[in-house]
Amino acid sequence: RTSVTSRYEMVYRGTTAQEEAALAAATAREADAALHPLQKPSMGSLTMYVVPETSSLLPQGTVVYVGRHRSALLRAGGSLAALQARLRQVTQLMSFTAASVAAALSDRAPDGRLSPDARRSLKSSLGYEITFSLLNPDPKSHAVDWDIEGAVNRFVKPVLDKLSLVANFSVDSQILYYAVLGVTPRYDKESSSFLLSTHSLPHVINPVEARLGSSAASLYPVLNFLLYVPERSHSPLYIQDKDGAPVSTNAFHSPRWGGIMVYNIEAPASPQTSLPLHVDVDMARVMEVFLAQLRLLFGLSREEVPAEFLLERPGNEGLADWELDHLLWAHTVENIATVSTTLTSLAQLLDKIGNIVIKDDVASEVYRAVASVQSAVAKLGMGHLHSAFQASKEAVTSSERAFFDPSLLHLLYFPDDQKFAIYIPLFLPMAVPILLSLAKIVRETRQRKKEPTKMD
Amino acid sequence: FQEQAEQFFRSGHTNNWAVLVCTSRFWFNYRHVANTLSVYRSVKRLGIPDSHIVLMLADDMACNPRNPKPATVFSHKNMELNVYGDDVEVDYRSYEVTVENFLRVLTGRIPPSTPRSKRLLSDDRSNILIYMTGHGGNGFLKFQDSEEITNVELADAFEQMWQKRRYNELLFIIDTCQGASMYERFYSPNIMALASSQVGEDSLSHQPDLGIGVHLMDRYTFYVLEFLEEIHPASQTNMNDLFQVCPKSLCVSTPGHRTDLFQRDPQNVLITDFFGSVRKVEITTETVSLDHDLAGSESEFPEDELATERLKYAEQLPVAQIIHQKPKQKDWHPPGGFILGLWALIIMVFFKTYGIKHMKHVF
Repeated sequence: RTSVTSRYEMVYRGTTAQEEAALAAATAREADAALHPLQKPSMGSLTMYVVPETSSLLPQGTVVYVGRHRSALLRAGGSLAALQARLRQVTQLMSFTAASVAAALSDRAPDGRLSPDARRSLKSSLGYEITFSLLNPDPKSHAVDWDIEGAVNRFVKPVLDKLSLVANFSVDSQILYYAVLGVTPRYDKESSSFLLSTHSLPHVINPVEARLGSSAASLYPVLNFLLYVPERSHSPLYIQDKDGAPVSTNAFHSPRWGGIMVYNIEAPASPQTSLPLHVDVDMARVMEVFLAQLRLLFGLSREEVPAEFLLERPGNEGLADWELDHLLWAHTVENIATVSTTLTSLAQLLDKIGNIVIKDDVASEVYRAVASVQSAVAKLGMGHLHSAFQASKEAVTSSERAFFDPSLLHLLYFPDDQKFAIYIPLFLPMAVPILLSLAKIVRETRQRKKEPTKMD
Repeated sequence: FQEQAEQFFRSGHTNNWAVLVCTSRFWFNYRHVANTLSVYRSVKRLGIPDSHIVLMLADDMACNPRNPKPATVFSHKNMELNVYGDDVEVDYRSYEVTVENFLRVLTGRIPPSTPRSKRLLSDDRSNILIYMTGHGGNGFLKFQDSEEITNVELADAFEQMWQKRRYNELLFIIDTCQGASMYERFYSPNIMALASSQVGEDSLSHQPDLGIGVHLMDRYTFYVLEFLEEIHPASQTNMNDLFQVCPKSLCVSTPGHRTDLFQRDPQNVLITDFFGSVRKVEITTETVSLDHDLAGSESEFPEDELATERLKYAEQLPVAQIIHQKPKQKDWHPPGGFILGLWALIIMVFFKTYGIKHMKHVF
């Protein structure tokens, strides 16, 4: 019954004089930066410039350049149909595809089927809690210092500020001593290092998880980012990928949970160096990996991009504007689907169980949810992404509050045989004298009616 | 291609939860607490952390005044295995284990003041293990010797969970008399159920310990525990082996199971899909390139400000209000039709029996 259709509205126009001036820049990146202030800031829309085939803006071999904001440069060439196909391809990359919309809906599929490879990126939520943990299993050998506050201010905050539209984020950090991984790494003679194979990685997380803790007050999903400094006796430690080669980032992540990175400390130059070694963690290198993992956990991956596309790096903001749009499209659709299934199932519940009392505030939350979701659907249909997303967030808040209201608990269930078993032994003996007396009354009135006629 | 096939048969869950419920109180129901703690122990050993386990114990056996070995709950005679251990975290204890609280945990309709450890914060990618034990009958399970939960209520609670997508797959295990009646009414998808006995059969306890004076475990859970002791986080044992645990010769009752609501073939379902917590991991191959030299914005986290207003101790108990409180007026409802009819009938019968002339005084 529920389905989502999507379409793109394409508008074609010539460039303005200011845009021409901007496009006269030397490189694509400068052009992109110059074009950014000229565009009306509107979420959910993209601007694509088709430059002549001979233009030197795009490097050789690149056909499409996708900028940091919401614009792209395409090189003309070939037929008009080919250009149109490429425009469509870029649009799908920068906003949404039918597949990505279907994936956002997959959890709410009305027929109830969940395929195993359904979307495993984070569910849309009103907030997320991010915890950075430093695991030091061997404090006797390594005295590890990490400037996490500085790193969060310099590297993490810009990304979270950009994502603040999507949800509220709270960040905390901790250091855990004597926290070991659940797996003993294997020693590899050839590289004289220790290796963790891919199939042992799933078992690494569990023993640590019990100690990670999470805020008792917040109900938001938690994302854990762990930095593990291996013991002196197990250094250096590398993670192996499926082909046996060490992974360049030395890190792995688990969907909907977080990521772990292994930070190796070089052996001391001379064996006489006194332990513990003082270590200052290179937070920039660590944050590069953690922020990449954060992007992957949110489902923003740049892996399936064709070769002749050049995507501009997002820099310290962590994600491009169009990637933010991409996220918002998926989350809005998911929110709307969630609200519709919540409200439907609430209605079904209240239909089935007639004697649940609905409090006034539950009713007003339901009305508010319905109004918000209708407005979200309308705005989504017009492409106003920002307001559609806000409306969908309000709708989700209201519908969850209505559905999970503690007063909607129904405990009374009376099967038919219980009714017989309880009420008959109670009322049957009581009813016998009453019924007999009633019969007697009826008989007497009938007799009296007959008597007058007899006497007359 | 083989990898795709493997992926298809694997469960799509990303986290595991367990809800373990013991519904009996009193010292002679020691074995139910021992059952639940044994499953708790196995589940923790295989990797599910306390934050993902909701443990409900209706009575305290370890510190019960009748326990000759305080602070222990044994699951095997000769006191071989103390399942109480050092780090048991009981979330709902003693009188908090009620049908209402159990249903609140399952459906999520919990008052906002409930702490995180008492909530089931599962999502659509959670595999949940629900284990219940106690005294039961045909279609019901007794809670605390004072109330019951029926199989219809349980099935409805699971349907509420499914509607809100609070689970990916659910494994329901029950160890009571006539346990199979509790899963007869399930109708939500992705549920697999096991019970220790069929309708009409009793589940029997395993063995008494003469030192402690009570029966220590129930047979079904005893053999399940033995089976689980051989599972480790990486084992590939599947559900079909769990179905074979405790045949009639050992258990006296006939364990039953129900898999028609489950999508995958039990052959492909690993024990660790429910009892353990094996996560899907992916190697991180991308990095974000950061500009290292960027000075970064000033810390916008709010500095501790000096308190500008004097702090007062908030009145916890408004004593003045309580002392001078007028008794609350309960809303008065007129008697309903049934009661009125009953009174009218009784009055009529009375006057008929004792003579109609008394009725003249009424009118």
